[in-house]
This record gives sequence, C-alpha cells and structure tokens, in this order.
Amino acid sequence: MSLASHYAYGVTILLMVAGLFIVIARGNLVKKLVGLAIFQTSVYLLYIAPGKLIGGTAPIVAPGFAVYSNPLPHVLILTAIVVGVATLALGLAIVVRIREAYDTIEEDEILAADQAEDERQR
Amino acid sequence: MIEQHLPALQVVVPLISAPAIILVRRHHLAWGIATLASWAALAMAVAIAIRVAETGTISYAIGSWPPPWGIEYRVDALNAFVLVLVSLVGALVMPYARVSIAAELPEEQEYLFFAMYCLCLAGLLGIAITGDAFNLFVFLEISSLSTYVLIALGRRRQALTAAYQYLVMGTIGATFYVIGVGLLYLMTGTLNMADMAERLAGVREFRPLIAALAFVTVGVGLKLALFPLHQWLPNAYTHAPSVVTAFLAATATKVSIYVLIRFHLSIFARAPALGEVPFREILMVLSILAIVSMSLVALFQDDLKRMLAYSSVAQIGYITLGLSLANASGLTAAATHLFNHGMTKGALFLLVGILALRCAGTRLSQLSGIASRMPLTSFGFMLAGLSLIGVPGTAGFITKWYLVRGSVERGSWWLAALVVATSLIALGYVWRFVEVAYLREPHAELPRAGEAPLWMMVPAWLLVAGCVYFGLETSFNVGYVGDAVKLLLRQGGA
Repeated sequence: MSLASHYAYGVTILLMVAGLFIVIARGNLVKKLVGLAIFQTSVYLLYIAPGKLIGGTAPIVAPGFAVYSNPLPHVLILTAIVVGVATLALGLAIVVRIREAYDTIEEDEILAADQAEDERQR
Repeated sequence: MIEQHLPALQVVVPLISAPAIILVRRHHLAWGIATLASWAALAMAVAIAIRVAETGTISYAIGSWPPPWGIEYRVDALNAFVLVLVSLVGALVMPYARVSIAAELPEEQEYLFFAMYCLCLAGLLGIAITGDAFNLFVFLEISSLSTYVLIALGRRRQALTAAYQYLVMGTIGATFYVIGVGLLYLMTGTLNMADMAERLAGVREFRPLIAALAFVTVGVGLKLALFPLHQWLPNAYTHAPSVVTAFLAATATKVSIYVLIRFHLSIFARAPALGEVPFREILMVLSILAIVSMSLVALFQDDLKRMLAYSSVAQIGYITLGLSLANASGLTAAATHLFNHGMTKGALFLLVGILALRCAGTRLSQLSGIASRMPLTSFGFMLAGLSLIGVPGTAGFITKWYLVRGSVERGSWWLAALVVATSLIALGYVWRFVEVAYLREPHAELPRAGEAPLWMMVPAWLLVAGCVYFGLETSFNVGYVGDAVKLLLRQGGA
C-alpha cells in the first residue's frame, strides 16, 4: 500500500476537485462546462484504473495467458462517455441560446439583467 | 407470452415512441403517439402491479442474460407503486398538454416537446424498474437530459438560465452517483442491486462503503432537491412550461426519492457499515430545516408557481422525515406521500397552468377576484390546497397521520407537534391564494373568457378528485405501500 502504487487515485481526485472548483469558481458559462467535463472525466479514470492488472492481457481466452484486465469497467465507461458528450453538447447548445437571449455569457451580467427585468415588472 | 415481457416493454414503448415522433413531425400525430405511449405505459404498470401483488417480486433478465451478470429488471411492491404513480401522472398530463403546449410553444416545435416528454417518461420508468445500479445511472441521465430540454422550452428567457443551472447541478449529482456506484463496484464486484446487498453484508472495510453511500446520497439528494441542495428547483419549476412543471413536480423528484429509499433501505440494509455514520440523524435535521424554512419562504412568494415550487421542497422534507424515522409508520408515511404529494402537486400545477393560460401572469396581484371568472379552477385549487395542508378527508392527511404516529412511536412528541405546526404554515400560503381569489375585487385586466377547455380541466380535476378519493379510500396508497414497507423492513432484518 505505498502512495506511488496508488497514483491513479491521486490523479483522479486531483481532476475531480479541479473540475468541481472550476464549476463553482468561474462565472463564464462555457468555462463552467469545461470544469464539468473535467469533473466527469475524472470518473472515467476512477472506473478504469482499478480494472487494469499489471502484466494482464486483454480479456481474450487463449492458452498461456491466465491474467487479464477486467473488461466491464471499460464497457461501463463507454456508456458514461456517451452521456458526458451528450451533456456537454446540450449544455453548449443552451449557452448559445442564452447568448442570443441575453447577449452575454457571464453569470453576474445575466443575474443583473434578470433583476432589472423583475423590478420593471413590479 | 407478451405478459412475460411487460417489464421490458414498460420502458421500451415510451423509448421507441420518441424517435417515432421525430420521424412523423406533424404535431397532432406526435401528440397521438405520445398519448398512446403514456396510456400503454399506465396499463402495463397497473398489470405489473397486480401481478406483483399476486405472485410477489418479478425478475426479468434483459436479453436472457441471467442476473447477476446481465441487467435485471426487478419489480417488487415498492417500485411497482412508483411505476403506477409515474405512468398515471404521465397519462393524465398528456390530454392537458394538447392545449397547453399549443398555447405555449410555436407549432413547429411541438413535436420536439412530445419526443422529449417520451424520453423523460422512459427514463423515469427505467429508474424505477431496473435492478442494476449502473443501468439506473443511464436512465437517470436519459430522464435528466430530456428534462433540461423540457425546462428550456419555457417561454421566457429565464427558462434558459434555469435549465442551465439545473444541467450543471444535475450533472454533478449524477456524477456523484456514478462515483458512489464505482466505489461499491470496487468493493463488491457486482452492479446488481440484490446481489450487492448480499455481498455488502460481508464487506468489513467500512471506509469506502461509507464514502460510497455518502456520494450516492448527495448525488441523489441533488436530484430530489433535498434541502440544502434544492437551489435549482424553484427557478426550474417557475419558468418551465406549465405541463412540464406539473409532470416533473409529480414524478421526477419522487423517483429520485425512490432511489434514495432503495439504497438506504434495501442495498445497505444489512451492511454493518451503515451503523458507523449517523445518516438518519443527518437526514432528520435536513428534513426539519427543509420543512420549516421552505414553508416560510413559500409563504412570502408573490408568484403562485414559485410559491408552489418552494412548497415542493418543504413537502419533500416530509417524505425524508418519514424515512429518517425508520419505523413502520414513518416509512409508510414516506412511501404514501410519494403518491399523495405527486397527486396533490400535480393537480395544483395543472390548475396554475390553467390560470397562466387565461390570465396575464401567475403573480397573486394579477389574480385578484379570479374565483368570479374561473370558479371551477379556483375551487379545485382550494381542494388540492387542503390536501397540501393535510386536512382530514384528503390524501395529504393520510401522510401527516402516519408521520405523527411514527414520531409518537419513536417517543418524539416534539416532532409530532412540529409536523402539525408546519401544516399551519401551509394553511397560510394556501389561504393567500383563497383570499386573493375569493375575497378581492376582480382585477381590471382579468379576461372575460371563462374556464379553460375541457382538455385541460378534466385531467386537472381528475387529480383533484384523486386527492380526495385517496384520502378516503386508502387501499392502494396505504394498503399497497404497507406490503412494500413490510418487504423493506424484512430486508433490513428488523
């Protein structure tokens, strides 16, 4: 259980926290989505890294090879990647619409525009 | 023959309807397909529920791959109940959507709404029916992605920002859920929920399990708008098209609560790790905060839709409060409130949609004297409002009764008092509508046209009637739930 043998987890956690930080700290809607994508990507690593065995082969039954990597995480993550792409595409599409409606993609400016509109209605 | 495949068809029928709608494009035909799919889903859900009541848990192996290797659809009394709720609300909002969507969306966009609605329905039904933890994530994302689009269809530009906000929060929630499931997979080597429950009992490394449960709980908590993770909900509900709000309020959060129940009470039921962390106490504190603070916030809202949205967060608090009591009465309250609140909030949001169709807006100031022009709508709102408060004779009362009983059985009289006291806050915000609608002079801008078309009135009134009916005749919402609760308690070995 040395730290070096678990470096994949370290990278995962780093990506995860970095992604979440960007989502929270950035006011630009596109940058937020970038953070979200990084955050999702870290999960791919979380699944795939433990499935790999050092010295293991691809999971194909053949004489002479007894140790193979777990194929299931790859399949799961293939699905998760598709979901991630769909989310990113939809998110960007909504940002384009927001840009058309508000003429800005900065969170604080959108908030100010909404508040101004609210006050006009009162 | 075909009965055997009902669990698969339950999801597949709405799922295939979506691309079919995209292909036909014509809005009347699109509506026809969506309606047919929803009613077929309801028929199948009822058939499955009856079969579960007769023969017990149904297990269906997708593609004939035997569980735990293949994906298993597993229906017991609890998810049969959730399936009926989701498909019932789906079937009822479709006739309503015909008029409501035509009024709120351009004609060439209507078919897209119906396609997204079918995907959302398929996703929600899939979450409820699947017995595989990763498959659940896929359905969660199908329903979420379509929900973001449905919310973004709202007429005002705020709908876009609400959808964006929900997309970010929802994706974080779903990703947290996957992290949790990933950790569970690492510890148990299985994704099948029943198999996982068995293997967890033997896992002695507590730390990863606690982390997994925490990730799943926070992730699902974001989806179900557990206080304080509810920030996306008021904006999303306020700016989405009326029919979308009604459908989501009655189903989406309820399905997420089902996932929470499934993880805490059946997958982790026998895991010794659960005893290490005070999850129940945390849930109870959050529930009480949700009920008190969100009811008070609802009391001071000007917009009727936003008021009901905050009230939803408070009502979700009652459900999680029932869960945190962890005795038979508390669980019954939680499970039956899924249904009771689904009916009540569905009815209220449909009626608000009718008001929005006829009036300039849904601010209370714009609705003064509305009862003189739209007596049926106002009266329906009042009746459903009574159910929201929990007046005897309505569905809401059944929940409050079991909540109070559960609190007393646990020896927490103060909790029982709290439940009753917070119902008075609900009385406060329902009264604000009644006061404005019945006791004020009619607003100058009120439309002369009277009630909304029957297409909208009938579904709304059916749900209102349900609020009263299920308050008097409780064989389904309490009787059927009783079986589910017994099953859950048995799984926990309690």
